[in-house]
Amino acid sequence: MKMLKRTAFYLLLLAIVFVAVFPFYYAIVTSLKSGTELFQAGLWPQSFSLANYRNVLTEGPFLRNLVNSLVVSGAVVAVSLLLGVTAAYALARIRFRGRSVLMLAILSVSMFPQVAALAGLFEIVRALHLYNSLLALILSYMIFTLPFTVWVLTTFVRDLPVEIEEAAILDGAGPWTILTRIFLPLLWPALATTGLLAFISAWNEFLFALTFTSTNTQRTVPVAIALLSGNSQFEIPWGNIMAASVIVTVPLVALVLIFQRRIVSGLTAGGVKG
Amino acid sequence: MSAASVRPSPLARRRVRTAWLFLAPMLFVLGVVAGWPFLRTVYYSFTDASLADLDARQWVGFDNYFSVLTLPSGRLLYDGLLVDPVWWRAVWNTVRFAVISVACETVLGMIVALSLNADFPGRGIVRAAILIPWAIPTIVSAKMWQWMLNDQFGIINVVLLNLGLIDSKIAWTASADTAMVAVLIVDIWKTTPFMALLILAALQMLPREILEVAKLDGANPWQIFWRVTLPLIRPAVMVAVIFRALDALRIFDLIYVLTPNNVQTKSMSIFARENLFEFDKFAYGSAASTLLFLIIGLLTIAYIRLGRLSFEGGR
Repeated sequence: MKMLKRTAFYLLLLAIVFVAVFPFYYAIVTSLKSGTELFQAGLWPQSFSLANYRNVLTEGPFLRNLVNSLVVSGAVVAVSLLLGVTAAYALARIRFRGRSVLMLAILSVSMFPQVAALAGLFEIVRALHLYNSLLALILSYMIFTLPFTVWVLTTFVRDLPVEIEEAAILDGAGPWTILTRIFLPLLWPALATTGLLAFISAWNEFLFALTFTSTNTQRTVPVAIALLSGNSQFEIPWGNIMAASVIVTVPLVALVLIFQRRIVSGLTAGGVKG
Repeated sequence: MSAASVRPSPLARRRVRTAWLFLAPMLFVLGVVAGWPFLRTVYYSFTDASLADLDARQWVGFDNYFSVLTLPSGRLLYDGLLVDPVWWRAVWNTVRFAVISVACETVLGMIVALSLNADFPGRGIVRAAILIPWAIPTIVSAKMWQWMLNDQFGIINVVLLNLGLIDSKIAWTASADTAMVAVLIVDIWKTTPFMALLILAALQMLPREILEVAKLDGANPWQIFWRVTLPLIRPAVMVAVIFRALDALRIFDLIYVLTPNNVQTKSMSIFARENLFEFDKFAYGSAASTLLFLIIGLLTIAYIRLGRLSFEGGR
């Protein structure tokens, strides 16, 4: 009986791992196939061809799209962390009237359906002459990365020991000194976690990238992949799409696996503790 | 907060000033990218603005939501979002999608979390594996699954045919009967890990002693789960559910890529964006965005109210 239970448990685990990993595995396999082999649903590639990767990287602006995504996500993370860390210090460490209302407002913005701001954002983007530029994306992505960053960093700052801060205040240190000299060095792990999560959400964003850019060279990778098409309307270049998908996903999966623990703690700080 | 009745010290007052100074840049940016745009969206929903010329707009009151036209023949014609069957179809699609997907994700996430909470060799590998769907961009997972679900060459049809489970190949993402199923499969696959991780975190915060005591009292695992574990992690699960539900209610990218132009899966967000930027009905799209916000807001308030009521009643 015990044996049976154990076997059933391992079968369940095997099923979980299989379902989680198989689609990505199959995308990799497909990306390595070429020609007619693509249309035979085999579980492993008979031949090993990098032609799809060559196509994606040399024909069309995919490399440019990758750079765009990196620039946008990097800038979004930098700005969010910069604005987020001062806000988080104020929210976590200073008592003032309206603090809990503010926290609630920040949480609701992060849960806000982005479509509800789309029309107004479009107006702002056009008024600032940012349409079809990466700056439009950097600006609009703040709507989801900023509240998220503030929220998660606040939970991290709250956990820092009070004694250090009190000692610094007695020594005559102002809030800016406390934040930059004392808290910031302690906050590096939290900043890395939050930054990574913000980077991932900016890297994956689709709605604003689709709406605020119009030419192939200004697109980010999710939009580029979604709009990747073949020579004719009926010929979908699955090999190229899968190669592009693998290129975009491998760095993310690597980052996530390396920083597994950090990411889990960041996600739960954003979710459970709130 | 005992200091509230006492006059605040100069230091405390200075710190409050600092707090607002530290918050100001963040609040300004959020105002520019969230607050103001949302107010403008609401404003546009009361105008007749078109994408080509946003400035040439006129106030039309509630016409985008509801209006009555009298035809020369004397017949009344109702118009506007509130009587638009396409819109209500989108609302129904979205709500149905959110309820089914979040329910499945909660159950599956619970199963995964309970498995990961047990001690077994190779636990780290399993946890790493379930993080993969979460790490894959939504667009990429939509494309991956679109390929696997392809009617002609997709591996899922091939496997099902070989197993004899289906007689002919199914056009999963294109056919009216299965398009929503396809969207649900991909969404559940992609977001169950998030649910599992949040539930797992709650499980790991449970005091071991309680479970030990229950075991000593002769409770079987099934009873322990329903009587001890579930009530204790319930608040965390409720929070995870609302996070996921709010995410599901605004679904856009997965449906846009996986089942484009499909009436069966068109969500509220797709409907709004389509009108804003593709049909040249900017004002109508703004009205849809506003209504979408109201519907999600009301559902959230209802969920929080109902959740808290039964939560307190259960204690």
